[in-house]
Amino acid sequence: MEGHKDRVIRTEGLFKVYDDGAVSLKAVNDVSLSIEKGEFTALVGPSGSGKTTLLNLIGGLDTPTAGKVWVHEKDISGLKKNQLIDFRLYNIGFVFQAYNLVPVLTARENIEFVMLLQKVGKEERNRRVDQLLGEIGLQDKAGKRPAELSGGQQQRVAVARALASKPQFVLADEPTANLDSKTAENLLDMMAKLNMDEGMTFLFSTHDQRVIDRAKRVITLVDGSIVSDVTREKTTIEA
Amino acid sequence: MIFKLAWRNTWRNRRRTYITMASIVFAVLLAILLNSVKEGILFRMQENVVSVYTGAIQVHKKGYWEEQTLDNTMAHDSTVMNALLAHTSVQEVVGRLESFMLAASGTYTKASMVVGIEPEKEHLVTSLDKKVISGTYIHKDDEGVMISEGLAEYLKLAVGDTLVLIGQGYRGVSAAGKYPIKALVRFASPELNRRMVYLPLRQAQYLFGAEDRMTALVLDIDNINDTDRVERGLQQAVDARYEVLGWKTLMPGLHQVIEGERAENVIFLFVLYLLIAFGIFGTVLMMTLERQYEFGVLMAIGMKRLRLSSVVVLENIMISTLGALLGTILSIPVVGYFYKFPIQITGELRETYEKFGFEPTFYFSIEPWIFYSQAIVVLCIALVLSVFPVFKIGRLEPVRAMRD
Ligand SMILES: Nc1ncnc2c1ncn2[C@@H]1O[C@H](COP(=O)(O)OP(=O)(O)OP(=O)(O)O)[C@@H](O)[C@H]1O
Ligand SMILES: [Mg+2]
Repeated sequence: MEGHKDRVIRTEGLFKVYDDGAVSLKAVNDVSLSIEKGEFTALVGPSGSGKTTLLNLIGGLDTPTAGKVWVHEKDISGLKKNQLIDFRLYNIGFVFQAYNLVPVLTARENIEFVMLLQKVGKEERNRRVDQLLGEIGLQDKAGKRPAELSGGQQQRVAVARALASKPQFVLADEPTANLDSKTAENLLDMMAKLNMDEGMTFLFSTHDQRVIDRAKRVITLVDGSIVSDVTREKTTIEA
Repeated sequence: MIFKLAWRNTWRNRRRTYITMASIVFAVLLAILLNSVKEGILFRMQENVVSVYTGAIQVHKKGYWEEQTLDNTMAHDSTVMNALLAHTSVQEVVGRLESFMLAASGTYTKASMVVGIEPEKEHLVTSLDKKVISGTYIHKDDEGVMISEGLAEYLKLAVGDTLVLIGQGYRGVSAAGKYPIKALVRFASPELNRRMVYLPLRQAQYLFGAEDRMTALVLDIDNINDTDRVERGLQQAVDARYEVLGWKTLMPGLHQVIEGERAENVIFLFVLYLLIAFGIFGTVLMMTLERQYEFGVLMAIGMKRLRLSSVVVLENIMISTLGALLGTILSIPVVGYFYKFPIQITGELRETYEKFGFEPTFYFSIEPWIFYSQAIVVLCIALVLSVFPVFKIGRLEPVRAMRD
C-alpha cells in the first residue's frame, strides 16, 4: 500500500456522524478507500446510503467527524476554510446533479470561469475552452446561456468546466440523475472518453444501472459503509 | 469578470430591477426638487434679509460687534479697502457710521438709529433706494435726512419738515443737529420701521464729530452662499485690528431659522429614504436568498467568499447608482425650468405672503450639492444594505446551501 506514486485519493477510517441530540446517524461509517490516477469509478448504493456525504468529504466541501482524507498524499483535513476553497479550485473538478452553471454566463464563459479564478492567461483560456467545447461536441452552443441548453448539454458543459481547471480528479454526484437514460449514456460515454483521452480520474455516484455498467470500478455503499468494491473482471474486496 | 457577472445579474430579473430603480429614481427626483425649492427659497430669504440692513459681510474695528459705540469706530484705511476689494468675490465695499440718538420734533422724542451712509453705493448692499415711499432718495452732498415711515408717524413729521437729533458723538462730545426730511422709507420689519434715520456719511461724521471715521464697512459679495468662505478669506487678508463678520454672526436669528428649515427637510427626506431603503432591501433580500444554491456551487468550484461578496455588493451599487443617476438626470430639466421660471403663488395665499413681507414666489436653487448629495445618499444606503448579503455569504457553507 505504501509509496503509491499514482494514488490521487486516499481515505482512512472516515466517519461522518449527524447527531441531532436524540439519534446519531453515521452517514459515512468507517470508510477507507484509495483511488489511483486514471480510474473511472462509480459510487453506488441506495438512497441515503451516504454517497453524497462521502463525495463531499473527499472533495473538501465537508469536514469528517473522524478519519482523514489525502489527496495526492496531502492531508486536507488540516486546511482552513479559505485554503480549502483554493484547494478545490486547483485540485478538484465538481459536477453536481443539476444547476451547475452560472445562469448569466454563456457555455463558453462558464467553462472559462474557473480558469479566470485560477488567473490563467487569456490565450491559454481560449485554447482550452475551444478544445473542451470540441470534446463535448458543443462548439455551436458556445454563446448560449444555460437556460437555452438542454439538460444533457448543460451537464456536458458542467463536465467541461470541471476539466477546465486541470484538476487531479473529477467528483460527480449523480450527474445523470436529471437526464433520460439515452442522454445519460451519452454523457457517460463522453466522460469515459475524457477519461481515456485526458487520463482524467473520475469518481461519480449514480443509481442508474446503465451508467454503472460503464464504470471500470464500482464501490457500493450501504448505510455509510463500503459493502463491495469491484473492479471489472476481478473482485478486490468483499466486505 | 466580477463586473460582468454583477452587471448581468443586475438584469436577471428585469422587472424587479426596473421597479427597484423606479423607486430610487422617484426618491431622488423628489429629494432633489424638494431640496432645490427649499434652498431656492432660503437663498432668497437670506438675500432679502441681509439686503434689508446688514449685508452679507461686515468689517469693523475689532471689538465693535461686542461693544457698539462710536469709540469703537475705525478711520478710513485704504490698505484695508484695497485688501477687501482685491478678493474676487467682493463686488463693492460701502462705509457706514451709525449710533443711537434721540430724534425729536416738538414735544415728541424717540430713540432712533442714526446711520451715515454713502447714498450712491448703499443700494448695492441694501435696496434702500427702493424703500423710498415719498420724497427723493438722498444724495451724498445733501444736508437732509431720510427717516423711516413709523418714526415719521410717531413724530408727526412729513417730507419737508425738520428733524432734530440729539445725542453723544465720538469720544463723548455732545452731538446735535437739525435736518430737513428729504424722504420717507418703509421697512417691512416693524422694528426697523420704527427707528431708522439715514443721512449722508459726511454729514454723520460731522454730526458725531468723527471726521473720516466709520463703524462698519458693508460688503457686497457675489453669492451669499459663499459667505463663510469669503469671510474666512477676508479675515486672512485684513490685519488683526479688524473683525470680519458674516451674516450668520450679524443675524444669528436668521441663521437659526434657516438651519431649522433645513433640518425639517432632512427629517422628511430621511423618512422618504427609509421607505426606499426597505424597497431596495426587499430586492437585495430576494437576490440573496434565491441564489443560495448558486452561491454554494460557486464556492464549491473555488470562488472565494470575498470575491463572491464583491459581485453582490457591486450589483447593489449598480442598481442604486443607475437609479440615482437617472433620477438626477431627470431632475435637471425640471429644476432648470423652475430656476428660470419660479413658481408664482396666486390667489389668497399670495396676499397672505405679501402681508407678512414674504415674496410670494417659489424659487429653485441649482447648487451642485443638491444634485450629487442624493446620489451619495443612495450609494450609502446600497452599501449599508449590502451588509446583509455579505454577512450571508460569509456564513455560507456550500454543502448546506446546495442541500436546501
Ligand atoms: N446535514 C445533514 N443533517 C442530518 N442528516 C444528514 C445531513 N446530510 C445527510 N444526512 C443524512 O445522511 C444520510 C446520507 O445522506 P446522503 O445524502 O449522503 O445519501 P445519498 O447516498 O447521497 O442519498 P441519495 O441517493 O438520495 O442522494 C442520510 O440518511 C441523510 O438523511
Ligand atoms: Mg446524494
